[in-house]
Amino acid sequence: MQEGNVIEVEDLTKRFGDFTAVDKISFAVKQGEIFGFLGANGAGKTTAMRMLIGLSKPSSGEAKVAGFDVYRENEQIKNNIGYMSQKFSLYEDLTVKENIRFYAGIYGKSDQFIKEKTSIILKQLHMEEQANNLVVSLPLGWKQKLAFSVAVFHEPRIVFLDEPTGGVDPVTRREFWQMIYKAADKGITVFVTTHYMDEAEYCHRVSIMVDGRIEALDNPAALKKRFNARNMEEVFLKLARGAKRAE
Amino acid sequence: MRPIIAFIKKEFHHLLRDRQTLLILLGMPIVQIIIFGFALTNEVKNSRIAVMDLSKDVYSRSLLDQVEASRYFDIEREVNSYSELESAFRKGKIRMALVIPVNFEKDLEHQHRAAIQVIADASDPNVASTLTNYASAIVRDFQSGITDNKILPLTIQTELRMMYNPQLKGAYNFVPGVMAMVLMLVCTLMTAITVVREKERGTMEILLVSPMRPYTIMLAKAIPSLVLSIVNVASILLLSVFVLDVPVNGSLPLLLMESVLFTLTCLAFGLLISASTDSQQTAMFISLTGMFLPTLMLSGFMFPIENMPFPLQMVSNIVPAKWYYQVVKNVMIKGVGLEEVWKETLILGGMMVLLMALAIKKFKIRLA
Repeated sequence: MQEGNVIEVEDLTKRFGDFTAVDKISFAVKQGEIFGFLGANGAGKTTAMRMLIGLSKPSSGEAKVAGFDVYRENEQIKNNIGYMSQKFSLYEDLTVKENIRFYAGIYGKSDQFIKEKTSIILKQLHMEEQANNLVVSLPLGWKQKLAFSVAVFHEPRIVFLDEPTGGVDPVTRREFWQMIYKAADKGITVFVTTHYMDEAEYCHRVSIMVDGRIEALDNPAALKKRFNARNMEEVFLKLARGAKRAE
Repeated sequence: MRPIIAFIKKEFHHLLRDRQTLLILLGMPIVQIIIFGFALTNEVKNSRIAVMDLSKDVYSRSLLDQVEASRYFDIEREVNSYSELESAFRKGKIRMALVIPVNFEKDLEHQHRAAIQVIADASDPNVASTLTNYASAIVRDFQSGITDNKILPLTIQTELRMMYNPQLKGAYNFVPGVMAMVLMLVCTLMTAITVVREKERGTMEILLVSPMRPYTIMLAKAIPSLVLSIVNVASILLLSVFVLDVPVNGSLPLLLMESVLFTLTCLAFGLLISASTDSQQTAMFISLTGMFLPTLMLSGFMFPIENMPFPLQMVSNIVPAKWYYQVVKNVMIKGVGLEEVWKETLILGGMMVLLMALAIKKFKIRLA
């Protein structure tokens, strides 16, 4: 593994029968980087991510996450990553505090650590008054921000976010990205899939998947220059136009 | 240890917050015991009957007095013709009729034999045969009363003794049955649903990405059901001892241990179901058809297994509730010890291990 890289992927492939969902993708992500993983629905980005976090076994190829092999060292990988899924992933019938305590608890954090950090996070989220409210009573934007805080609560080296801002209003999305930047500043690597192209502009580097392959990978400025586009939306459309898979 | 404790705490939060479900889970055994104990019973009491006394003499009167005095029968009406009798049967007013022919007393006195007719509505065959048995018993009683001072040439007296349940109480049969049913429902259904709910909500993915091992997830899911089951066993036993007067004749620790074993078997089955499906509805459906119906029909609680055709008897062997039901009956009612139920215990244990192994294996496959 090269110095400074936290994710290294080489020819990673996932086949379901005859269908190749992810086709020999290769890339590397640096420590502290915000890495955008873009692609139309069905391009294979969620499948690729699931292989990295140990929810799905690769068909072939190599991948290392936080220095550990995805085939053999699954358990070590799990200790070093956080994950926020597409589906809203907090327990709605538990309170804000109970959710935090539970997720920190299953990562084996001490009561002392949980107590101190919970109050810091509630303060950051301005949710001290809601600490003992059921999560179901919170607005969606708050829930998403809380879900992100929970995903990085145990201070993982990498956090994987699968379309974290789906259905959230623009103001909350901006606040959400501020949280992502804060996490990256602390050295947490952020691996995020999205289909909001304005969010792609916020990433340090972006990869664009089309039909299971990575068609472009660079920083947003370089991509715009290469495709002679005004914004990431145009870059994406130019690439995605060649897609054969139906949405 | 910390992760699993955090997980178990979370499960209890879910359980305690959902008051409605909790009430159902804890109330179910109580309601079932009360329903079976006081409402649903196959003991026959106060059945309405008609009598057609064509003799109207001293003997017939005294026989009918005995019938009336028994708690099994209420003489609803006295009729004078078969057509009246038939119409009463048709309207469903009566379940049985006694016909005493003319010259009842005379025949007894002079010919030393007389006949009476018992007619029963056999559209419900079990009730009909129970009623006619009661009626014959009353007639026998009456007969021995009037032959007291006469010497009969040859008599055989049958002395009946009903072992373990001298009062022939239905409760002796249904308390073990209700225990098997409630534990099965709570454990299988609740466990299957709580696991599948995590899949539906999408939280299962987060759990699988966390360092928690699959078997710790399963263990944490199992513990609340186990606790709830023990509470349910306790409430059933308390009700049966103090309300229904069904004693625990055998060893209480043995009974509890067997209950835990059965609970674990049901838990394993619930976990297996949850590993095979992704929707709560399917999980519920499989639990009900896969566990509840066989428990009801093939455990021997509702229908005696000996009377079933051979293939069904074979099938009943794979129903865990059958073995548990036998154990509870033997320990609780007959008061036997482990030396008499070790075979059933071993079978239950084997089923538990097998189901648990399958569940764990299946759970792991889903991870890959």
